[in-house]
Amino acid sequence: MRGAGLLTAAVFFGALTLLPFAVGAQWLLNMLIFTLMYASLASAWNLVGGYAGYPSLGHAAFFGVGAYAIAILFEDSVGDGYLPFFLLPLIGVGAAVVSVPIGWIAMRTRADVFAIVTITLLFITQTLAFNLRDVTGGAQGKSVGVAPFPVDTYGRPFYYAMLALLGLAMSASFYVRHSKIGLSLLAVRADEDKAHGVGVRVTAVKLIAFAASAGITAMVGGVWAYYVGFIYPQFAVDPLLTIGMVLMTFLGGRATLWGPVVGAFILVPAQQSFAYQLGASQVYLLAYAAIFLIIMLFLPRGILPTITDRLYRQGKHGEGSRAKAAGSSDEVTRDALRIAER
Amino acid sequence: MHALVQAVILGVLTGGVYALMASGQTLIFGIMKVVNLAQAAFVILSAYLTFSLFTLTGLDPFLSILITTPVLFVIGVATQWTLLRPLRPDEASQLSLLVTFAVALGLEGALALLYNTTFRSIQPGYENFSWTVSGYQVNAVRFYACLLSLGMLGLLYLVLRHTKLGWAIRATVQNPMSAQLLGVNARLVAAYGFGLGAATAAAAGAVFGMISPFNPGSHYDLISRLLTIVVLGGLGSIGGSIIAALAMGIVGSIVAALVAPIWSDFSFFVVLLLVLLLRPRGLFGARVRGAL
Amino acid sequence: MTALLEVDRLSKHFGGVRAVDGCTFSVEEGTITALIGPNGSGKTTAFNLITGYLKPDSGAVRFGGHSVKNQDPARLYRLGLSRTFQQARIFPDLSVEENLVIAAGCSWRGLFGARRTRGDRLRALAMLEEFRLAGLADLAAGELSYGQRKLLEFAAVLMSRPRLVLLDEPTAGVNAVMINTMEHHIRARHKEGVTFLIVEHDMQLVMRLCDPVIVLDRGATIAMGAPAEVQVNPLVLDAYLGG
Repeated sequence: MRGAGLLTAAVFFGALTLLPFAVGAQWLLNMLIFTLMYASLASAWNLVGGYAGYPSLGHAAFFGVGAYAIAILFEDSVGDGYLPFFLLPLIGVGAAVVSVPIGWIAMRTRADVFAIVTITLLFITQTLAFNLRDVTGGAQGKSVGVAPFPVDTYGRPFYYAMLALLGLAMSASFYVRHSKIGLSLLAVRADEDKAHGVGVRVTAVKLIAFAASAGITAMVGGVWAYYVGFIYPQFAVDPLLTIGMVLMTFLGGRATLWGPVVGAFILVPAQQSFAYQLGASQVYLLAYAAIFLIIMLFLPRGILPTITDRLYRQGKHGEGSRAKAAGSSDEVTRDALRIAER
Repeated sequence: MHALVQAVILGVLTGGVYALMASGQTLIFGIMKVVNLAQAAFVILSAYLTFSLFTLTGLDPFLSILITTPVLFVIGVATQWTLLRPLRPDEASQLSLLVTFAVALGLEGALALLYNTTFRSIQPGYENFSWTVSGYQVNAVRFYACLLSLGMLGLLYLVLRHTKLGWAIRATVQNPMSAQLLGVNARLVAAYGFGLGAATAAAAGAVFGMISPFNPGSHYDLISRLLTIVVLGGLGSIGGSIIAALAMGIVGSIVAALVAPIWSDFSFFVVLLLVLLLRPRGLFGARVRGAL
Repeated sequence: MTALLEVDRLSKHFGGVRAVDGCTFSVEEGTITALIGPNGSGKTTAFNLITGYLKPDSGAVRFGGHSVKNQDPARLYRLGLSRTFQQARIFPDLSVEENLVIAAGCSWRGLFGARRTRGDRLRALAMLEEFRLAGLADLAAGELSYGQRKLLEFAAVLMSRPRLVLLDEPTAGVNAVMINTMEHHIRARHKEGVTFLIVEHDMQLVMRLCDPVIVLDRGATIAMGAPAEVQVNPLVLDAYLGG
């Protein structure tokens, strides 16, 4: 089973690495860049919203911080063009460090208070972006130095940067799943008080997830800023971004490795193709909200867990689904649960 | 000094309006343990409805409350019944946050489509009228809004104390299991309770529309303030949220007057963080940790 | 000699209700002590106060001689004081084996290590073997029957090798076979040196398993002694039968 997972990942990333050479059209590369961007964002969100069960509604704030960091540092010159990419890890670490005190206060009590703090954080960050004009350019926006990449393959470095970040986000997700941190987070999500009561280091694991999530999100924001070249506060710190991340994670399946990625690969192309027909962002808001509510009602567990559930049930066909005392070990059960765990 | 007292007066009046909105929010939380992130969106919706009623028929905003209150009540009940009730109980508290958030954003999107994003305000002609009381300005609309808030809070109190629904709600808040054993229909209580909470947004919306310009995106600012208020007051305590609303009204107003209006929003955030840092259960709240 | 657990004039009010009112008792090491009393006498509240889930209004709690008032449950757990809940709280999404692994705790280094190390699995399986749940090791804990959950919860809190285990109604709602199983495991662990404080309503179980028996009524201790004595204590009879 472990082998199958690695193979899938290898094929997936291998194909994506080669893709830019097969794809000629700029618009297609552009769409792929945004797909990878959202896949990374959703995977990062999943760390704290999926595994820990703390739905952050303000992650766009970290995205904006990363975006503005790049914009401010590279306002004029970008050196050979690759410098901003190399500085990303610093931005990520910086954002992670800054997020710790915020996360500590926000996660002190319970998930709904956490949501409250994160929404407020988002709003405050957007307000600051609009108002600290000397630093952020205010409503006029801020430009980022143009990269001296060749025009016909301009998008490629950004594509690979996003792909790298997706790899990072998924690695973090994978690591969490297979470490005690992940086990602790799942316990926290299931029953935080009980987890506390059996000695789980609740605060530490929540903060680790939150910081990692914030750091990755900020790095993605940085690449985005560099790519689009000119950022406005309402797009750098955009609630639509948050709902996008959340929606994709829920669609694909929370607390799974591939769920957020699947969600992104479904929704981003769909959104881009509708963009030509519909245009205005208010429609996105309504559409995203409507899709989200539909998913909540009809596919609450998301795509991947629903599929693995079906497989599990087929495997169990003919036996009861409740194990009674002294149940015998069941190969199918074990394997099915392992699939669900991947 | 004059500016300070003026700010305090303004703050108290504003706080009165917040109190009405916050009490609806607190009520919903008390019954369903759900933080309704769409509460501010309901207020903005009501503001737009009032705006339309006013511009199309000339109906006075204060009178339109008679129409918008039942409308918001129905919307609240429908929202709870179709979107919140189907959630699985073990995940309900996490998911209802996201669901109400989606409702808020959906409302924002819908309003933006219907009205576009230009700022509107309701101007029945008397919105700038103020009295001068010993040298201080008291804005008439805010004053009446405050009275209206008190009136509606009083009405809410009467409903909670003296009607069957109110009794059922209070019983459910205190002990859902026992309430059910006594014959309370938990699902109806949840639906009607949510409806009541949404209904409080109706009057608040009419007033809000007169006090400040608004557009579909205004609910963010408002929900951040409301959430700070209910956390400060202690999730679940209506009395606490009223006091917290007055306090934050005053704080926000003082900061706006003495520093700059922009930093008024920031002050809410700072207060929120301080409260969570120093006294997470708020001023009057019960234990904030999960169930035992 | 100081008792393993000392509760000294512990009090907790909820609004006008005095759930625990100047409650005082102690639990000696190496005993299986019962905590009984009519409904509403404050037993579960006392448990919550002792284990850090509730903050007392006044009074003191000492574990192993040290004050543990205002400690949080995680710290107490690591100090050797564990408890179970009336509702059998386990982690439904984790497997049975993982429920034990998570309760076993880990070092800071271990936190970043494998989800289940070989050592974790061996220890968990050993515990499961002892409780005859080994066949269910990989089943999601949410699939277990109520009785099995209670057993799992009990097994899990033993993983940290506690000195004192507080059991909150371990046999409530389970069948006769499970009652015997529970009793068997309590005795077995007791032989290995674990002290128990058990809230129970099953009087027959209490009488044959526990000594001493502490009786609470309306938040305060009204009797403490051997089961035979307590059984005929007029105060106790009054509390259970009286108005």
